[in-house]
Formats: sequence, structure tokens, C-alpha cells
Amino acid sequence: MASAEGQQHPLGIYYKIWVLLFVLSGFSYAVDYFEVQGAMRWGLVIFFMLLKAGFIIAIFMHVVWERLALVFTILGPPTVLLLFIGLMAFEGAYTEETRFNYRGHDRNAVALGPSDIHHDEHSEEAAH
Amino acid sequence: MSEATTQAVSQDGMTGMVDDWSADRQAYHVPWGKAMMWIFLVSDTFIFSCFLIGYLNVRVTTTDPWPPQSEIFALSFGGDPIPLILIAIMTFVLITSSGTMALAVNFGYQKDKAKTFLLICITAAFGATFVGMQAFEWSKLIAEGVRPWGNPFGAPQFGSVFFMVTGFHGLHVTGGVIYLLWVALRVKRGYYDNKGYEIVEIAGLYWHFVDLVWVFIFAFFYLL
Repeated sequence: MASAEGQQHPLGIYYKIWVLLFVLSGFSYAVDYFEVQGAMRWGLVIFFMLLKAGFIIAIFMHVVWERLALVFTILGPPTVLLLFIGLMAFEGAYTEETRFNYRGHDRNAVALGPSDIHHDEHSEEAAH
Repeated sequence: MSEATTQAVSQDGMTGMVDDWSADRQAYHVPWGKAMMWIFLVSDTFIFSCFLIGYLNVRVTTTDPWPPQSEIFALSFGGDPIPLILIAIMTFVLITSSGTMALAVNFGYQKDKAKTFLLICITAAFGATFVGMQAFEWSKLIAEGVRPWGNPFGAPQFGSVFFMVTGFHGLHVTGGVIYLLWVALRVKRGYYDNKGYEIVEIAGLYWHFVDLVWVFIFAFFYLL
């Protein structure tokens, strides 16, 4: 428990969480490496992200052992951010739709990657 | 300490919380420095959240396609480019530094000055490595033509979000490295022998927060 002596816990739990964070980061990276796409990608990345964030806050930052007065001060105010995120996502989707429908923006535009650009340079050189 | 205060501290759970918040003198039974660090970190959470929510908004509203991060942040070691490899290494470096910091806090409370000093210095070294790799990443992107106002790949907002968010995070890491080295030096000189070693835990809170922010940047900016 939190006291004047501060937060002291057995080292074992830190090692376990440390390894767990490595494994979870590895999983997040694997999602990109194996090119998982769509809702599955979003779901997995956000799931691993929340798990990692939770373990860092709970164990490394000792929140799980703090008194509730401090815990609620830390975790309470940021929950309003969920509302903020929801509002901005809703408003953003509306703006995007308006631009497609009334400003003539291309719905099927495709992004370029470095390989496309370098590829173009090569073909230009070949043309010369 | 009066008898009433002692009683309030001994209570746990919701009853304890009501006691703490209705206490006349002290709501948080932690060193004042720790309470202040937490309040700073909560306010910093709002700053980073504003950046990330701003990013969400421009990414949703822009009708230009978002550049393919996986390809842009790929790095080649002689062979085919490996997607996001530098970012993955940076993530592992930061997690490693979080682990060494957790150990430093533990040895601090055991008053093991030599080990605490060494572990804080290792943490700071990992932090400096992280900033170095970020500088490399920035220069690579700048060389490829990414600017805060545009880039050759897609939506111009990509550059502004990238430089703003990673720059502000990098600034936090840099500040953290300086802060940690300062604490490490004071640990070595025995400055905290009488004052207590809570300061190592407080510095640790800041460092874990920097790692925490990176968890969100890694997911939202690089992976999604």
C-alpha cells in the first residue's frame, strides 16, 4: 500500500510486465508485418495498445497500488476525452462526406508510396 | 499526526476516498512532489490528446489519400525494405528504458545508490538513443520531400501531423533525459539520503508517461 516509505514491490512483477510489454509490442508489429487489414487491423492494434497502456499505468506507474482518491484524480478527467474523440470523429466524417458530395473531390484517389515515386524516376530515365 | 488523520489513511476503498477528499488538510497521502507530478501528467495527457484528436480530425476530413506509413517508414539493411522496422526498434528501446527505470525506482527505495545511479544513467542512454533514431528518421523523411505543408505521397496533413506529434514527443524525451541525468547525479552525491528517494519514483512517473504516449503514437500514427 502507498505510504510514507513509497511504492516498494517485489522485482518479479516488474520483470513479468516488462516481458509482457515486449510481447504485446511484438504482436502489434506483427499486425503490420503480416499486412492484416480492415476492421481486424484496427481492432487488434487498439486492443494491444490499450493492454500496453493499462499495464504501464497500473504497474510501472503504480496506480493499482495507489489510494482511490489519487486514482480517480488521475483517471477521471481524461475520460471526458472519449466524448471529445466521438464528437470530432462524427464531425470529421460529416465534413469529408460534404467534400465528396458537393466539392467534387475524388472518392477513389490512391496514395503513392516511395516505391511508386522511385519507380517513376527509373522509367523517366529509361525514356531519356 | 492527529488520530483522525491516521484513521483516514488506514481506510481503503471508496470509504477511504470519501475520507480523503473530505479531509480538511490533505486529500492525497503521497509526497507533495508526487501529487504535483501526477497533476502535470494529467494536463500533459490533455495536450497530447488534443494533438492526436486534431490528427484524427484532419485525417478523417481530408479527401486526399493518406500516405502509406508502412512503406514510408520502411528501412532496408542491404536487402528488401522491412516495413516499420526503425519504429519497431524505437518502441523496443523505449520499453527497455521503462524497465530499467522501474528497477531504478526499486533500488532507490533500497537506498542502493550505486545501482540506482547506474540504472538511471542506462535509462537516460536509451532515451538519448531513441532521440537519435528519431533525428535519423526525420532527416530521412525530409530527404524524401516530406514537409509540414506537403509531401509527394498523398495528403499534405501527413507532414504537419508527423512533425508536430513526434517532435513534441521527442522534446519530452529530450527533457526527460536531462531531468534523469540531473536526478542521477544527485543520487550519486547522496543528496536524497535525508530527503528520501521518492524523487526517483517521481522522475520514473514522468519517464513511464513518455513511454505511454509513445504507445499511442505508435498505434495511431504508424500502425493505423
